[in-house]
Amino acid sequence: MEEYYLLWQSQMIAGEELPFWQEFFVKFYQAFIESDRWLQYLEGVQTTLIVTAMALCMGVIIGILVAIVRTAHDQQRVGKHNPILGVINAICKVYVTVIRGTPMMVQLLIMCFVIFSKSREFTMIGTLTLGINSGAYVAEIIRGGLMALDPGQAEAGRSLGLNYVDTMRFIVIPQAFKAILPSLGNEFIILLKDTSLITVIGGKELVYAAQGIYGRTYEQMFPLIGVACIYLVLVMIFSALLNLLERRLRQSDRR
Amino acid sequence: MIDVKNLSKSFGDHLVLNDISEHIYPGDKVVIIGPSGSGKSTFLRCLNLMENPSAGSIVFDGVDITDTKVNIDQIRRQMGMVFQHFNLFPNMTILKNITLAPIRTKLMTKAEAEEKAMQLLKRVGLEEKANAYPNQLSGGQKQRIAIVRALAMNPKVMLFDEPTSALDPEMVGEVLSVMKELAEEGMTMVVVTHEMGFAREVGNRVLFMDEGKVVEQGTPEEVFDHPQHPRLQDFLSKVL
Repeated sequence: MEEYYLLWQSQMIAGEELPFWQEFFVKFYQAFIESDRWLQYLEGVQTTLIVTAMALCMGVIIGILVAIVRTAHDQQRVGKHNPILGVINAICKVYVTVIRGTPMMVQLLIMCFVIFSKSREFTMIGTLTLGINSGAYVAEIIRGGLMALDPGQAEAGRSLGLNYVDTMRFIVIPQAFKAILPSLGNEFIILLKDTSLITVIGGKELVYAAQGIYGRTYEQMFPLIGVACIYLVLVMIFSALLNLLERRLRQSDRR
Repeated sequence: MIDVKNLSKSFGDHLVLNDISEHIYPGDKVVIIGPSGSGKSTFLRCLNLMENPSAGSIVFDGVDITDTKVNIDQIRRQMGMVFQHFNLFPNMTILKNITLAPIRTKLMTKAEAEEKAMQLLKRVGLEEKANAYPNQLSGGQKQRIAIVRALAMNPKVMLFDEPTSALDPEMVGEVLSVMKELAEEGMTMVVVTHEMGFAREVGNRVLFMDEGKVVEQGTPEEVFDHPQHPRLQDFLSKVL
């Protein structure tokens, strides 16, 4: 293989017209195989997945906390308003408004060059930003799910003497979770793809690997299409897993 | 047992309950009838504070439950409620539906709660459905389970909010017969219903509500056979 590559590459450099498949082979070899470049993509995928997983966990934790504060605040007994909850609720509202109201790219740049301007841990800063960003969207998705559930369900729980927390934990949240799973899955897919943005602050993930390679070879098409294919495959695996989960949760719907 | 004093409830500008005072005695079977929008359901839902009264007080066993310092969950454990739309938890089996509250409120251990649940299920003839999910049951079965779920907490009083209104006509009977049995055992009951036959047969007191007020009340004979108020006469002429 390598001999053909070297031979055809030298012919190309010399300006010879090569058949399509030979040119394809040369560029493919150059983009993925020469000096074990596939290892760089693999490392990129690894970082992308780690960043996604960490941002996902952060997003879900932040999202759940914010959603619980927001709904708990809205569902208080009349005349029994808790002032501390009111303050936390206001903070949560500001958080959601600011995060949803500004572009992700700008958030990344601000985090990197303003807030953590001393740090060189670009991948970590990127992960943190993604997690915070995702949290705002997850919070609104969860809140939507909690509000959409028939209020009779919570009423039935409370009428039996269960307290607010138990009612949420055993009755409302399990049902709301099932309802929001498709939107949550959508948000996670967006998050996975948005990890590519941390390249702009120097996070070393998949797109960064591709940029490094076409910076050397001056051949952009193969690395970029390759990266696109990798994202596509990742998202497809992710969707399949989500479908599996959805099907399992639908068990109680059998009639 | 439940002493309602000057109860008013408004949603925004709309006054739904207008200064109601009423007393429910132990063993009472109070049936509330009236046209839609008259405030029957709202009145019932105020009794266990599913709705917050705008004014007035509700005293249950000597405790004013409208006081915000009262632990309302503690009170609700003693008041069972059955809803028009059953409100079973679709994510749990029937047995879990019934045992969740007794176990979580530490009223019973898991074994006790399950034994009690099976005993109650047997009573309503649904013990073979213990491991089914609510969506696999008919409306009548769901409502009987909902009654069992409320009874599993050993309540002192049962509140029924139009328990047969969402059912196929065929299934109304099975639910009413469970309620009748319960009444015969001496359970204190407050029932909002459109089933006049049931009201006459089971109730020892019938309240007729209109526009947020109890317009007329008395024994079933007084209310159904000798209605005094023109609004009640008009209502009965339409529904009987």
